[in-house]
Amino acid sequence: MSMTPIDTNARRIRELSQAPFLQLSGISKRYGGVTALNSVNFACRRGAVHAVLGENGAGKSTLIKIITGVVRPDDGHMLLDGQAVSFATPADAMRNGIVGIFQELSLIPDLSVEANICLTSPPGQLGFINFAAQRRFAKNLLDRVGCGDIHPGELVRNLSLSRKQMVEIAKALGRRARLIVLDEATSALTGEDVKKVYSLIERLRNEGVAILYISHRMHEIAHLADECSVFRNGQNVATFANGEHTDSEIVRMMIGRDFKHVFPEKPVRTKAPRPALEIEHLSWADRIKDVSLSVDAGEIVGLGGLDGQGQRELFLALFGVLRGVTGTVRVNGASVTVSSPRKAKSKAVGIALVPEDRKTEGLILPMTVRDNMSLASIGRYVQRLMIDRASENAEIGRQVERMSIKAANTDVVVGTLSGGNQQKVLIGKWLMTGARILLLNDPTRGIDVGTKQEIYALMRKLADEGTAILFYSTDYDELIGCCDRVAIFYDGAVRRELDGDNIVEHNIVAASLALDAAAHSDEGKAAK
Amino acid sequence: MTNVRIWLAQNYAPILAGLVFAAMFATYATKGSAGWQVAVLDTAANKAVALALISMAQTLVIITRGVDLSAGMIFIMTNCIASALVTGTPGDVALGICGVLLAGALAGLCNGLLVVFGRLPSIIVTLATGSIYSGIALAIRPTPGGSIDEDLADFLTSHLFGAIPTSLVLLLAVVLLVWVPFRMSVVGRHCYAAGSAESAAYMSGVSVSRAKLVAYTLSGLLSGIAGLFVTFVTYSGDAGATIGGAYTLNSIAAVVIGGTSLYGGAGGAIGSIFGAFTLRTIDDLLLAFGLPPLWQPLFQGIVLLGAVSLGAVRIFRLRNRMEVFQ
Repeated sequence: MSMTPIDTNARRIRELSQAPFLQLSGISKRYGGVTALNSVNFACRRGAVHAVLGENGAGKSTLIKIITGVVRPDDGHMLLDGQAVSFATPADAMRNGIVGIFQELSLIPDLSVEANICLTSPPGQLGFINFAAQRRFAKNLLDRVGCGDIHPGELVRNLSLSRKQMVEIAKALGRRARLIVLDEATSALTGEDVKKVYSLIERLRNEGVAILYISHRMHEIAHLADECSVFRNGQNVATFANGEHTDSEIVRMMIGRDFKHVFPEKPVRTKAPRPALEIEHLSWADRIKDVSLSVDAGEIVGLGGLDGQGQRELFLALFGVLRGVTGTVRVNGASVTVSSPRKAKSKAVGIALVPEDRKTEGLILPMTVRDNMSLASIGRYVQRLMIDRASENAEIGRQVERMSIKAANTDVVVGTLSGGNQQKVLIGKWLMTGARILLLNDPTRGIDVGTKQEIYALMRKLADEGTAILFYSTDYDELIGCCDRVAIFYDGAVRRELDGDNIVEHNIVAASLALDAAAHSDEGKAAK
Repeated sequence: MTNVRIWLAQNYAPILAGLVFAAMFATYATKGSAGWQVAVLDTAANKAVALALISMAQTLVIITRGVDLSAGMIFIMTNCIASALVTGTPGDVALGICGVLLAGALAGLCNGLLVVFGRLPSIIVTLATGSIYSGIALAIRPTPGGSIDEDLADFLTSHLFGAIPTSLVLLLAVVLLVWVPFRMSVVGRHCYAAGSAESAAYMSGVSVSRAKLVAYTLSGLLSGIAGLFVTFVTYSGDAGATIGGAYTLNSIAAVVIGGTSLYGGAGGAIGSIFGAFTLRTIDDLLLAFGLPPLWQPLFQGIVLLGAVSLGAVRIFRLRNRMEVFQ
């Protein structure tokens, strides 16, 4: 991965404004006994993309929460354009031209796209909204982010996750920001929308906006950033120009481990395949079109392609969430009809789904680690109408140890754990059901590198123990690193199946864009 | 075309409520022995407008994802205040009206302050304040009584231009002066935002507190208008707590029939008005068909269940069961 040469215009702006636009000195923040930020110094300039890297819990979130006025620091000073500032609320920060685009979308589902874009200060007079001006304003911004196809009057709740994220970006643009914070802004996007965001970021940088870019995707940072800061344990351990350090050096700064061994070895498959899950001619509405796919016991099969090509629907169909699915599903050779998640997790079927959104579909955040982990398998521990706490706890203890879940004990509330540990609890919950077929829907989304690595290793270990895994990921590196085979989806159908040495980025990209075999090599280069 | 489709998709509930009411009222008017008589229309309108106003008040709170159990109590409290203040010289009457409306708005503001700054659930706050407002009403009118300016009362409860009930004109005026500006204002939008996704609204820089305070205060004002209006109808004040309770529960029913989501963030007062009219037409209909009034709560329950079920019909059409939970 190489650094993109900085545009001459942007360089000129940087030279003009060498003084930092935002400067933090000695910023500290404690939550109870935990120090989230410890006397941090940090600065960013106009017309530059400043990447912030670090594992979950390193202090990145707290840093951007302080900058965007969500929390107040306990200590330290903040200078904006040379003036001392202190923000009590996000509204305060916005008045100063600081706008955050957060992982947790700040959109109102029941309002229209245009109402969301103009939420805080719509065009109008005396507190009344000028609806015609609002529509023009929203339409203009949607065009600017390359989403002119979104109708401004549509309710946000009717949009896909990827489209919502684009609306979120359009909304931030409308605030004439001087500093934009993008927190994992591309994690819900792939393909086309990511490209739109890239070119937008470059345009904003050239217009002199300061951009703080938080991402777990190294290739994005290598592509976009001018400067990088690495956070570890609440401290800014290094700030440097992009390209000054290699990826593996940066990762070592973040976690003190080598990047090389991120993905476990793929075993050479010698035994005759024994399909654990066979899908034949599966169709649903207009979202899944005649999909046939099989997964052997001990195999990890990746689902690739752009976002929203039917991968999620395939998981939901297999898990019994969708109504009116046609086609055949066989588990260990026996045909099954899965009409609900309850049926899916039963002994006869044994399918588990780790859903896309762990915070709403996966875990019950206000409940404890214990209650979450045994939720799907609680029936196993019932003796004489009562829950046998001893055997429940014993099994939970085994899972906590196996997954090395970092929690003080199993009575802590799941919502207080880091994202990575939450995801481990979620996977553990499904392993406790004894399912032999695991459907993983983007399980590493928004998780730090260290935990990702643990999840990759766990996936391989489960496969070696005979579990069949279907793995959807929006990150090509993961598909390449983890999967024995990859099925690329396009428009609800499997466009291409890759295996062995064919699992390389340009094949995945080409098939994702549904390009002909002849055009594969060209497009592969272009995508790189 | 797309604009029309989107508008219909977002407004089908109040349209449906309007159609149901129109159908019921047409049945009543043709079947009823009284027929289309001006006096019948006046009475029907007077009965419906009080509930419609309280339902509008309820809508404002429900939009912010709350519920106002004190709406009916503010209504009887302002009724009792009106029966004491709105009398005498035209100046006294005007001043009295202002006092009544102020009392209503103040009661709503109190609810709002407790919900916003006390961080307390609206259901329990308004249960408590409702009792207090009911107590105040009893203090003013231990027994039903009092009086009100009768000329004004007769004017407001009869009809204009020979056939149009004045109460409907009054309701229209309230819609135009309170609801429409609210719907078009920034703070109104912020109320919807706070009800739909409070944390997202906060993160967008919306002043959620201010929005909610405005919603609760306007809600109190509307309940106050209802209390004032009912005094014109009855010429007196009555602190009966059962009336307040019935109005509160009926207002929630009317809001639901009108298509406003109890989960906040979606719906509007126009639907609630039709919801209130529908509920009120039920007893008139029963009368027209010669059925005993005992049947009234039964039919109200059926209509309410029907309205809620209409919203649930989409569940049978859902092909992705996860959408049930959204």
